[in-house]
Amino acid sequence: MKAIINVSLKAGVLDSQGKAVHHALDSLHFSGVEDVRVGKQIVLQLNETDKQKAMKDVTQMCEELLANTVIEDYEIELV
Amino acid sequence: MKVSILQFPGTNCEYDTQHAFEQLGAKTEIVWHKSESIPADTSLLVVAGGFSYGDYLRSGAIAKFSPVMKAVAEYANNGGKVLGICNGFQVLTEAGLLPGALKRNNGLHFISKHHTLKVVNNDNIFLEKLNNGDVVNIPIAHHDGNYFIDADGLKELEVNNQILLKYTDENGDIKNPNGSVESIAGVCNKEKTVFGLMPHPERAMESILGSDDGVKMLQGFLEA
Repeated sequence: MKAIINVSLKAGVLDSQGKAVHHALDSLHFSGVEDVRVGKQIVLQLNETDKQKAMKDVTQMCEELLANTVIEDYEIELV
Repeated sequence: MKVSILQFPGTNCEYDTQHAFEQLGAKTEIVWHKSESIPADTSLLVVAGGFSYGDYLRSGAIAKFSPVMKAVAEYANNGGKVLGICNGFQVLTEAGLLPGALKRNNGLHFISKHHTLKVVNNDNIFLEKLNNGDVVNIPIAHHDGNYFIDADGLKELEVNNQILLKYTDENGDIKNPNGSVESIAGVCNKEKTVFGLMPHPERAMESILGSDDGVKMLQGFLEA
């Protein structure tokens, strides 16, 4: 099974990359964009078959290494 | 007085740091990150600047799992003095030895230049040779120096006098190069034994090279 993890800055933490991208979209005349957040995606190939166990493990990985929970949130999707 | 200096793959300020402390009369030792202990006679442990593990994932994020970091945490938790400079500051926040985190600079650029800083709290060994309000000229060189801490954390820093330095102009008025909360350039832990800052005092040791304001900062550790 695969774990797809999206890590992004918490709401309320200024995302300067998102802001720069937003400016760039504006200058390309894409006027309908209200906000941009830039994050990163980490994809893990797991040999675990038990979804619940996988979720527990990946959550621990996020807490310990993959995200810095002082400034970042993470979302995990198992497929 | 023995200063031990950590070296990770990608660290690049360990020899500058060594040179700076030896210039002040300290004995030094470079400690490779695979070491599971730090020299027993260490009186100051420095996590030097650079790009440990290429800054992959986040600055300092991978270095915190190096074998030596267990010994660092133990040393710090027993009251040992630790100084993290630049990437070393990032490593110490990632390792939870200092509060907050360091984000990408607001302007998204790598900034490398001399910057003036104001001393905010000198009631600690690092800054005791300076006075509150003193302005020092110290180089900065970072991409991820944008200090972040939430409102509660900031209050705690302020109440406990943990804010060491702020980025200012030469008159001591706030001038923020990277977006740091409250223009913070360096902090310490509550016990005032673990110190971290983005600017490089070890690069400000000779006036002929632009500034010797780093001497007074590093000297504080030698007399402790």
